Amino acid sequence: MIDKFVPDIAAALKGIADDSVIMIGGFGAVGSPNALIDGLLELNLKGLTIVANNAGAAFGGLPKLMQAGSIRKVVCSYPKGVEKSVFVELYRDGKIELELVPQGTLAERIRAAGAGIPAFFTPTGAGTLLTENRETRVINGRLCVLEDALFADAALVEAWQADRWGNLTYRLAGRNFNPVMAGAAKLTIVQTQHRVALGELAPDHVITPGIYVDRVVHVPYGDPEI
Amino acid sequence: MSAAIPLKTLSRDAMAARIASDIPEGWVVNLGIGAPTLVANHVPATREVIFHSENGVLGVGPAPAPHHTNPWLINAGKQHITLRDGASIIGHADSFAIIRGGHLDLAVLGGYEVAQNGDLANWSTGPDDIAPGVGGAMDLGAGAKRVWILMDHVSKSGASKLVEKCSYPLTALGSVTRVYTNIAVIDITARGFVLCEAAPGLSFEDIQNHTEAKLHLP
Repeated sequence: MIDKFVPDIAAALKGIADDSVIMIGGFGAVGSPNALIDGLLELNLKGLTIVANNAGAAFGGLPKLMQAGSIRKVVCSYPKGVEKSVFVELYRDGKIELELVPQGTLAERIRAAGAGIPAFFTPTGAGTLLTENRETRVINGRLCVLEDALFADAALVEAWQADRWGNLTYRLAGRNFNPVMAGAAKLTIVQTQHRVALGELAPDHVITPGIYVDRVVHVPYGDPEI
Repeated sequence: MSAAIPLKTLSRDAMAARIASDIPEGWVVNLGIGAPTLVANHVPATREVIFHSENGVLGVGPAPAPHHTNPWLINAGKQHITLRDGASIIGHADSFAIIRGGHLDLAVLGGYEVAQNGDLANWSTGPDDIAPGVGGAMDLGAGAKRVWILMDHVSKSGASKLVEKCSYPLTALGSVTRVYTNIAVIDITARGFVLCEAAPGLSFEDIQNHTEAKLHLP
């Protein structure tokens, strides 16, 4: 019997090591696997690279991980919000690295990793500071830049519903980066609001098929805070 | 270029209404964070325009009433939103495939500077800007079928924001086709900036006096 449910956060995060690349779903405060992020703090890790769109935001668990010195680098499109953040202070002091990536290029690099595409050309960002010194090519008359696929050791995902095979649905704007990240990591770990029986999800309503998912932990976390 | 802005300038809402009047039924439109978001308020409900938000929402509706927000529904600016009938939800990879694949009829963005060749600068004010966010600006700038800019004509310090060449880091190359400012509507053509419309009471010379680059008559 396939059963991807694990009893708790510690079991869900087991094996995540120092220097790992970890993708974290969510956009703003919606669809963010907060219990798993808090769980990372307990592991006292070092040298992590975090791939998360709003990695520098002042809310949620990432600032605590940064303060604890667990994060070496963030890869994101939007490193800060309106509030003063831990990220900006660490970055100013040279204590954390930033790879700033246009949001669509970030999503596509993640998608490419899961789809067996090692690199691709795109016009997004070509000729700008963010792609300086990178390979370019003019395709159909447009300047394009070569972008590498972005792989991860682990992806942390928040789902709305999950069954024991790891089939997932998401709640409204909580979908965001979660499904694409689920496909790009060696180890995909899901925090789900609801646990449902196998067969309960209509096959045509499943957004992420369970084959992408390794572990699921049931956390009825509640609504996102904003 | 440091001349004081003429007294009669359009408000942000009036600029948004001016853009809205040029958006036909059926277009798929992304509105950037900040002032461009106001454009949606000026498209009448009877004219069906499909508003897209980068975080995977197609069919954004009117802003929710206070205390009637759905915590699971936000836009790219992290503001609470509603969905209109016909709306759909997608993930980020699909949402940016819409943008990058040329499926948006229009992106309305803010701007720091727009150059006469259509170059756009709107994500960083340069080396003093610590860890600026780029978000989806470069994808929208490169991918939408049309990129229109909603911005003040001159900066707070009085400098023209319509320039010969951008001084701030670029967002996208040669993609802006129209600029709506608080004093004018300007097209970008092979000739450069072409004045389409001056705000009421202002002349071609008034607009040229506040524009660094050369303005052309239609």
